[in-house]
Amino acid sequence: MDPAGTHHVPDRLDLRAATGNEAALRGFLHGLPGVDKVGAEARVARLGTRSIKTTAKGFALDLAIRMIDLTTLEGADTPGKVRSLAAKARRPDPSDPTCPSVAAVCVYPDLVEVAKHELRGTAIKVASVATAFPSGRSSLEVKLAETRMAVAAGADEIDMVIDRGAFLAGHYGAVFEQIVAVKGACGDAHLKVILETGELVTYDNVRRASWLAMLAGADFIKTSTGKVSPAATLPVSLVMLEAVRDFRAASGRMVGFKPAGGIRTAKDAIKHLVAVNETCGPDWLDPQWFRFGASSLLNDLLMQRQKQAAGYYSGPNYVTVD
Amino acid sequence: MAQRKSSRLPENTAAADTPSTASTASAAKLFEYAPAPESRAIVKINPSYDLFIGGELVPATGGALKTVNPATEEVLAEVGVASAADVDRAVAAARTAYDRVWSRMPGSERAKYLFRIARIVQERSRELAVLESIDNGKPIRETRDVDLPLVAAHFFHYAGWADKLSYAGYGPDPKPLGVAAQVIPWNFPLLMLAWKIAPALACGNTVVLKPAETTPLTALAFAEICRQADLPPGVVNIVTGAGETGAALVGHPDVDKVAFTGSTEVGRGIARAVAGSRKKVTLELGGKAANIVFDDAPIDQAVEGVIDSIFFNQGQVCCAGSRLLVQESIEPELMDALRRRMETLRVGDPLDKNTDVGAINSAAQLARITELTEAGEAEGAERWSPACELPSTGYWFAPTVFTNVSATHRIAREEIFGPVLSVLTFRTPEEAVAKANNTPYGLSAGIWTEKGSRMLAIAKKLRAGVVWANTFNKFDPSSPFGGYRESGYGREGGAHGLEAYLDV
Amino acid sequence: MSDKTGADSKAKTTVAKKAAAKTVTAKKTATKNPAAKKTAAKKTAAAQGSPREASVAAAVPAVSGAAAGKGTAKRAVTTASTETSAPTAAPPTSADASASNGSTTTASVPAESNATAVETQSAERPSTRTRLAVRKTYKLYIGGAFPRSESGRSYEVTSAQGAFVANAALASRKDARDAVRAARSAFSGWSGATAYNRGQILYRIAEMLEGRREQFADEVSAAEGVTRDSALAQADAAIDRWVWYAGWSDKISQVRGTVNPVAGPYWNVSSPEPTGVVAVFAPERPSLFGLVSVLAPVIVSGNTAVVVAPGPTALPAITLAEVLATSDLPGGVINILTGRIAELGMPLASHLDVDALDLSGVTDPELATELERAGAQNLKRLRRPEPEPDWTADPGLDRIVSFMETKTVWHPVGV
Repeated sequence: MDPAGTHHVPDRLDLRAATGNEAALRGFLHGLPGVDKVGAEARVARLGTRSIKTTAKGFALDLAIRMIDLTTLEGADTPGKVRSLAAKARRPDPSDPTCPSVAAVCVYPDLVEVAKHELRGTAIKVASVATAFPSGRSSLEVKLAETRMAVAAGADEIDMVIDRGAFLAGHYGAVFEQIVAVKGACGDAHLKVILETGELVTYDNVRRASWLAMLAGADFIKTSTGKVSPAATLPVSLVMLEAVRDFRAASGRMVGFKPAGGIRTAKDAIKHLVAVNETCGPDWLDPQWFRFGASSLLNDLLMQRQKQAAGYYSGPNYVTVD
Repeated sequence: MAQRKSSRLPENTAAADTPSTASTASAAKLFEYAPAPESRAIVKINPSYDLFIGGELVPATGGALKTVNPATEEVLAEVGVASAADVDRAVAAARTAYDRVWSRMPGSERAKYLFRIARIVQERSRELAVLESIDNGKPIRETRDVDLPLVAAHFFHYAGWADKLSYAGYGPDPKPLGVAAQVIPWNFPLLMLAWKIAPALACGNTVVLKPAETTPLTALAFAEICRQADLPPGVVNIVTGAGETGAALVGHPDVDKVAFTGSTEVGRGIARAVAGSRKKVTLELGGKAANIVFDDAPIDQAVEGVIDSIFFNQGQVCCAGSRLLVQESIEPELMDALRRRMETLRVGDPLDKNTDVGAINSAAQLARITELTEAGEAEGAERWSPACELPSTGYWFAPTVFTNVSATHRIAREEIFGPVLSVLTFRTPEEAVAKANNTPYGLSAGIWTEKGSRMLAIAKKLRAGVVWANTFNKFDPSSPFGGYRESGYGREGGAHGLEAYLDV
Repeated sequence: MSDKTGADSKAKTTVAKKAAAKTVTAKKTATKNPAAKKTAAKKTAAAQGSPREASVAAAVPAVSGAAAGKGTAKRAVTTASTETSAPTAAPPTSADASASNGSTTTASVPAESNATAVETQSAERPSTRTRLAVRKTYKLYIGGAFPRSESGRSYEVTSAQGAFVANAALASRKDARDAVRAARSAFSGWSGATAYNRGQILYRIAEMLEGRREQFADEVSAAEGVTRDSALAQADAAIDRWVWYAGWSDKISQVRGTVNPVAGPYWNVSSPEPTGVVAVFAPERPSLFGLVSVLAPVIVSGNTAVVVAPGPTALPAITLAEVLATSDLPGGVINILTGRIAELGMPLASHLDVDALDLSGVTDPELATELERAGAQNLKRLRRPEPEPDWTADPGLDRIVSFMETKTVWHPVGV
């Protein structure tokens, strides 16, 4: 439930009307409340002063681990690299079997098969990027073909990128239709829509793009590809969390959120969890509705976890390089 | 896979149950090697043994333990368990010998004693090799060709240092420490003894040494050699026993120096135990070495190197190349070659001169290897062994290789100390180095590449005390050996090895 | 002159709250009670036993001619001067001063403390009759920058006579953790630099040390209560020792490396390599010379260091940090934490990413044992404290070699 209690739905959030045509969509998106940059950043700074210690910290570390989409998205990826990552996804800490597994492994479409094979028998999902990731610059046919290919290979989740060029040029309808089409090609797979907030730049744009994606049917909205900096800063995450909160209130439908890129330390991750907790509420504190897109974050979480257990600081030789 | 061979009993068996040597693969079907056992007759094993203290054989007062032939489970002898009082007597004998005799003796005289010992070891080398094989389980080919020659060489090398300490780089007149407590493992019993005693004596210290509980016999034979060499009483003392004896020895207040080779866990305990004391410590502990094979490696030699790195001494070696890091592009080719070569390994009677892989040293060690390999399978790695008929008595484990291993698997992190190889892959030299160094250990590493500049660049980056490039498991008394990080500290061998036994 | 006095009190309060005052200074302000001030000043000067202070009397304002000769205007910067602005001269120096564990929390930071992280040393000028000296704030030195302790705490550094000298940052275990991280990040670059390059940088550090010789003498004098001559001698010895170590960087391999004549067709070379991150506990005395003697040998070979500078050694230690920051030494190679060994010892000794410990400054044998035991967890290389070290003796190579590893490489020789 919305922690704020009952939520009055203002008239402007008449969602069916919003997506009728380009003009309506534009009107709707531009009609959303703006975001004051300074205010948003101040809120984030305040949330960052929460002190999460002892059992709360232990809970947060384990939860964060369970929320990771362990990712490798490099041109140099090989089946060997994906195998290694999959093994780590199952058993992140070789010295501690009580450490939970991660939520998913995220790879390029041509490596989905390898990942699926390595993770068979586990509850860990395989997510694939698609739609000419990371740039998104290609034809719709190519993007849909790639999506279908990943789904056919067994991907449980698809992480697509929106057409930022179209968005920034104001062609919201085109962006909207692409998302709808990709969702159609996903079949049973869940769709995460990457906004690439670093290219959208303003918080206003982030809010608008979030709503656009959710209206088009996204199961998750995601900050970034991880290839552009800045990526998942806390203020951006705050704006997107507010968007998913408001969307549920308006539509009854819950959409998940995934910050990706730039979250390297346990401290960053815990700040995100606090933001979730105090913005959209504990319903989202679950791997089904929240994921961290990360690669090096996991090792920092593991070292923190080791320190919690042992009482002294750990070091990079006590976690693995994959 | 290869067909099973029926076992054939060798002739000239001295003991009741001698395990047969079964060849592992179909390759040997046409040309069967007949059993070629080394005779046991050269060795005389007493039914029981005392401690060696102050130049005399002294009965132990802490009980007795039995030592067993791991290939047959036959009881070989009973040796004494040194009690705390026995340890005290031994330390006192060492102290007396130090104060009255050894520390006053000029280096040139000490040198001559060490030369005598080296010579006697050479004279009795075959006998000691057979004895070592029987007590440890390792093949006679290895004790004969590797262990014993190195033992003698160590004594020779350090004999020569005894009167040249002022040239070693530790000042014009470096002094010994006094009494050294030395605890050694079961994997190279006599060689580890040589690595400890030779430098200690050369520098002017006296020693109390405790061999491992499963392999006391060659140390006790060494006691005899000390008497044959007329070594002054108390300069070397041998106290047999198990963990408690070792703890009493290491903890003894009148000991100036502690040297230990064994597991990291025990080493850690020793480092804690000596905290706050004045005892100098050196430790040579475990490892999980990466053996890195690049795509331009000399493949056949690399295969030999890999085989040697993990199956020499049944893999029961701290510096074993237990992680094969192979460049992804050549993995299939290398693995084919490796499996082909593994099929020619001969597992069986350690005393058979054709045996390549002998017995595991004890039931306890066998259990540990079994547990970890089962974990490896459970973790999802792929396990393979050549077809291999193992004798029904004794402690045996077939040479095993795991592919599809990832860095987080237990079999990639924990020291197995057995004939089990874990294979991981890498894409670039940087990745190879990162994976190789990503361990709390740091004892050894291997590099296989034909490109010289790459060999030197990688050797520079590997955080390991010994780096073997285009070779593996090479040892020499002049070559310092020891680890980084949790593989211990201090070096054994060469001029560097003197530091542990001098007051510097 | 109540407003001036008031200003003094406020300034002092600010100081007590770890304000951004940079230098310790004698208040040159006129007070309502020049006599008291003069007396206090004289007492301090006498206690200092430093003729120099006494001679700067002329600068003291509102003091009669006769008094001026005996009173003292403290030289600016680092002498163990008090707030001789008298009536309130007592406060920091009396009650709290003795316990140099003034653990003050950060109140709302006064405006002037919003100084930039790296504060350049202000000119060492004595306060004149009309000018207040700008005091130095002593902060930590981590990763090449000068942060305050994340805990916001500070402690009072007092002179041997108990007079207030400065507030130094009281480092916490989290600062230690950050310092280790900085040292680890800096390791691959520093150990990967050529020996020649490291030697050059160390020599430059000596050049910078020489330039600050007088300042160091002031601080050593304040920290230890020794005479100025003795402090100058110590500064000179420290500089000379640093120069000596600078010359070792490209020679250790020759002295400790070996080509080993193995019995087979193999090329076999052993060479020394730096161990990694070393946690160094510096001795309290001699405050500068001891610090230099433990630190230089650790880093000359390529190690990086986290140094705990206890108690009053904070003064020369942080000025040393300023030298390091201006010497081309990459950030993170040396990190300096001022504070208590009893507090920082265990987090560093137990830290798994620290490779070695130098316990030279740990004077409590029980603590030293405890730290050694904690270090055993990851088999840290260790130097135990010596009961009565003679810092002036020839150090030899021992301190360098204690923190090095020998690596032996084999390669077959054949065509």
